[in-house]
Order: sequence, then structure tokens, then C-alpha cells
Amino acid sequence: MALDLSYNKYSDVSYDEKERLFEECKADDRWSHVLYGCYECGICVAACPSARFYDFSPRIIAQAAAREDVDLVYTLMNDSVWDCSQCFSCDRCPRQNSPGQIITVMREVAVRNGLQTAKKALEGYGRIIYKIMSTGSQVSPDMLQPNAFPDWGGHVGEISDNLEVWRKALPPETLHTTETGWVVDDKTIIELYLIWHMTGVMDMIESIDEGLHMILVDVMEEKLEEAGYDVTFD
Amino acid sequence: MIHLPVVKANGRTFKANPDEAPTHDLRDEIFQLEKEGEWEVMRVPEPYMEVMTKYGRTKKIPVEKTWHHKSCGQCGHIPGYSTSIFWLNREFGLDYHDPTDQTSCTAWNYYASATSNPAAQAAVAMRNFAAAHEVGYFPLIHCGTSFGHYKEVRHALVHQHDLRRKVRDILKRLGKKLVIPEEIVHYSEWVLAMRHRIAERQVIDMSNITATVHPACHYHKLIEEDAIYDSEIYGAQRTAIVTSTLEALGITVGDYSTWYDCCGFGFRHILVSRDFSRSFSVKRKIEKMIEEVNPDITVTHDTGCVTTLDQSQFAGKAHGCKVGLPVMADSQVAALAMGAHPYKVLQLHWHNTDNKPFLEKIGIDYEQKWREFEAEVAKIKAGEKEFMTWDDAK
Repeated sequence: MALDLSYNKYSDVSYDEKERLFEECKADDRWSHVLYGCYECGICVAACPSARFYDFSPRIIAQAAAREDVDLVYTLMNDSVWDCSQCFSCDRCPRQNSPGQIITVMREVAVRNGLQTAKKALEGYGRIIYKIMSTGSQVSPDMLQPNAFPDWGGHVGEISDNLEVWRKALPPETLHTTETGWVVDDKTIIELYLIWHMTGVMDMIESIDEGLHMILVDVMEEKLEEAGYDVTFD
Repeated sequence: MIHLPVVKANGRTFKANPDEAPTHDLRDEIFQLEKEGEWEVMRVPEPYMEVMTKYGRTKKIPVEKTWHHKSCGQCGHIPGYSTSIFWLNREFGLDYHDPTDQTSCTAWNYYASATSNPAAQAAVAMRNFAAAHEVGYFPLIHCGTSFGHYKEVRHALVHQHDLRRKVRDILKRLGKKLVIPEEIVHYSEWVLAMRHRIAERQVIDMSNITATVHPACHYHKLIEEDAIYDSEIYGAQRTAIVTSTLEALGITVGDYSTWYDCCGFGFRHILVSRDFSRSFSVKRKIEKMIEEVNPDITVTHDTGCVTTLDQSQFAGKAHGCKVGLPVMADSQVAALAMGAHPYKVLQLHWHNTDNKPFLEKIGIDYEQKWREFEAEVAKIKAGEKEFMTWDDAK
């Protein structure tokens, strides 16, 4: 779909609100290290995989941010940043910009502020957030289900059918798992939960998906209580 | 379509001079911060091997006493990848540690969803490093994204006092010290540094094999100065990673015009927007490799790259694209060269694209090997054994 850069799409959002979000981006410690202006040379676009598939341009994002075009930054924060592959091929920038890192910061601001477009981009992704935050590993063997990866062909079904026994047929003792990539100690998981607690990550989850937040809080608080910690995520 | 000739980079050699590097050597600052009492630096244990990085600096690669920071995607979906790394260590009789006190770096999620922040990401990294330090082993990072992200974290911690203080406080509350490795080392760097020892033990002739290499973006684009370069490989104009290893095994590495391109993984995309991943992977990587090189195999060194390049070919076939190129990790190829079992160790049944023609070309009776694996599976099913052991995998 073509990217609408006409400024009309989000005319219902006040300039003050757009500026507040842009100031939040600029306040990030990384911002001044990843944006130095833009030569408009297009090297970032030439290297960018997403630019070949979507109406997406790391150059436009760097330009809009460098020019402090508050309206355009807001449009891009909603309609463009989630197309980025985060491969950092754009780090070839001769001005030493990192459009990929600019996008990382913009995405974080979008999530923290619960933008609807961020929620939309992450639809269907909640199960992955649940897995990484609650178990300490991102993808697990039991995610290999034919209905989750129909485009990967019949071998996914074969793996799924043989999952338990094929996991046991792995020589490393840490890999005999199906719900996590490897065996993770309870103590380790507790420490991970405490990190989420101390760094405000759960607030970000609440902004983007209240239902997921409730489930994660239940899981984490129960486990923390069992381990003797009096911690709440409210 | 415009067909541009593939210009070989081999003709010219880039001579890097560390004194003229455009960046400071971060390790100087890391050790300076140790002197100032900011943290403790984990030294690379001896014996170590030395390799050259992009700007001509030397990087230390530990031979053993390695703490294997496992990868979510490798362990979860392509477990022969990690198994092959461990198998190589065991074959050389090296002391290593496969920890259960390890979490994911969580960077796949971070790059996919941004549902985290720099303090959390740095705390996760430093918790894992502290866990390695506590048992006296040095981190060896299996995942390319973990490797790249940890380099970013290290860079941020060196330059941001507030972040360092915040993470130190978090670690203190976890009862852990703030320790940082002298080097961030990716397993493929270990494989590269060990390549001549691997070649000495090679039992499978691979001299009739042509391969293409896909270098992982997060290996050589994120904090690019830390990637391995070699004047003998691409004239030191591109990273030598994987290519150097394959050439040591007698494999011919073919060049192709989209070498620099990403695989199409995309982090969020591979999980919930795979139309992008499939298209990019097939059209910009697999088809180009086949059209320009027609290799027997493509070899890479990261979780996401193996996954995307391998799994995307099924849909590509349905669309009549040029596909059918086996995809493996360098650790799997190295293990195979040393005689590892293709199913008990490499676990190739977890891969998608047909790799039997490749196995046949190097003289492996894959039908017999599969029967041997099935026999082990049958014993587990019958309750004769609970698991397949390392001894069973010999």
C-alpha cells in the first residue's frame, strides 16, 4: 500500500500531541548518536530490504527526524516504522546516521504511548511476547505447528507429530524440552522477572496489550511469591 | 531485467591500519573503566587464538572454557545447529559449559516489537555475563543477533554513565557483580579460528562442492568494526566469516551480486508478516545464488538466516521460483566434514529444503544414516532408553 505523506491522515491529532511524542524520541539517550542530519544520498534505501518490498524509505525517516518535521514524524511513526526489518543495512550511511536505530526509538515511543497502529502491527505477536517474557526463550519447539506455519510446508507437521521423541533424540541434555528452547533454571527466570519489574517493561506491555499484561502479571507474581519476593507489577 | 556482471572483490586487497581506524578501540575504554572501579573485565581465557577485525585490530578468540550462550531459534527450531557446535567442542576434547542459568538475550523480541528498553536489555545481557563469570567460563555467543545486540549494549554501557549506574544497581539487587567480557565472541568466529584444526580432522572430502555464503547482518553491520576480516578472503573488503572456514575445508565459495543483502528475516516479519520474508529471501537471495553460482549448498552463521533462507523455499517452489538450495550453518558443515552423523548430530530432519543431493554428492549414504537415527528413535519410543546420548550419536 502506498504511504500517504500528505499530512491529512492524522489531521485529527493535535500538533501538541505529535510534538510531545517527537520530544519523547529526542529525549532518548541514543537519539543524538544515531541522527546527524541527512545528505539525501539514498545509500540507506539502496541497502534496505524493506524498501524493496514496501513503500518504505529509511531516508525519508532520517530526513523527517533531522528536519524536525513533527507532522511527518508522526505519520511515519504510525504508518512506516513497523515495515523496517531492523537488519541495520542502513548503517552504511556516510553521515553516520543509523535510520534503523532512529526507528527503534520511534517504535519504543509508539509502544509506550499505546498508539493504535503499534497495536495493529503487533496483532498476533502477543504469544511471542508471552513466551519470551515468561520463559526466557523466544521461540519454542512446540510453536512448530502446521496451522502457525502453513507456508513452511508439510515438514512442520512431521516435526509436530514427532516432537516429543525427536527432542529426546538430541544429544545435549539441555535441549530435551518442548515448551522452551532449552532448560532454564527457576532461579534464572525469577531474576528475569525482577529485571522486567525494575525497568518498567511491564508498563510498556500494559500500554500495548492489557489482556497480555494481566496474564503475564498473574504468572510472574505467582512465581515471584513462591520464591519469597513481595513484588507487584501495579 | 538488467543483468550486471558480478565483479569479484578478490582482485584488490584492502590493507587496514589500526592506527588510522575511524573509531576508538572500545577495549581501551573497557579496561579504563575497570581501573576506575566501574566494573570487572572478564579476560579471554588462555589459550586463545588471534584474528584480525575490520580496521586491522586483533581480536582474541578463546579455544575452551567457553560458556555457550544458546540461541532461541537454533535450540527451538533447528537444534542440530547448536548440537553441532557442542559436538565440535567434544571432538576436540575441549572444556565447555552448556548453562541452564541462561536466558535469551531477548533481542529478537526487542527488534520485533520494541516492548523493552535499553536498561532492560542491558540488564539481561549483564545478568547472563555475570552467570558465566560465576562459573568461571567465558561467553561464546551462538546467535548473530545476540552477538550484535550485546556489542550494542557494551557500546552503550561504555559511553552512558547513567545506564551503567542503573544496570549496576539492578545487578546488585540480583546479588550479582557488574562484569563485562573483554571480547564479545560469536561461535562462528571460534569455528573460523579453529578451521585448520577442523581441516586436519576432516574425513569427508568436500572438494567437489560449491557453496554460497550469506553473512548475517547483525554479525557484520552492527558495530561493524568487530567482525573478522582477512586479506586472503575477498581482499579484506568484506568480512571473512564463514567463507574462510569453507575454503579451509576445500569447498569452492562462489560470489553473487546480492551478497550484502539481508536474508529477509525481519524479526517481526518472520513471525507475523512472512509475505515479506518469503519474497525477499527467495527473490533477492536464493534465486540470485542459483542464477549466478548454481551452488550445491548455501552456508550461513545465524539463527534467523538459516531459518528464513531454508523455510522460505517451500512457498517459492509453489510459485515456480528457482529454489531447492540446501541451507546449513557453518557449524553443521564443519561437523559433517569431521564425520558427524547427519541426523543424530546435524539433525537435518528439522530443515526444510531437500539436502539429500548434497549429502549424496559428498558420498554420504543418507538412507542408511536415516535408518540409524530411526533405530535410536525406536529405542526411545520402546522405553529402552530415555534419551539419545552423545555416545549414541557417535
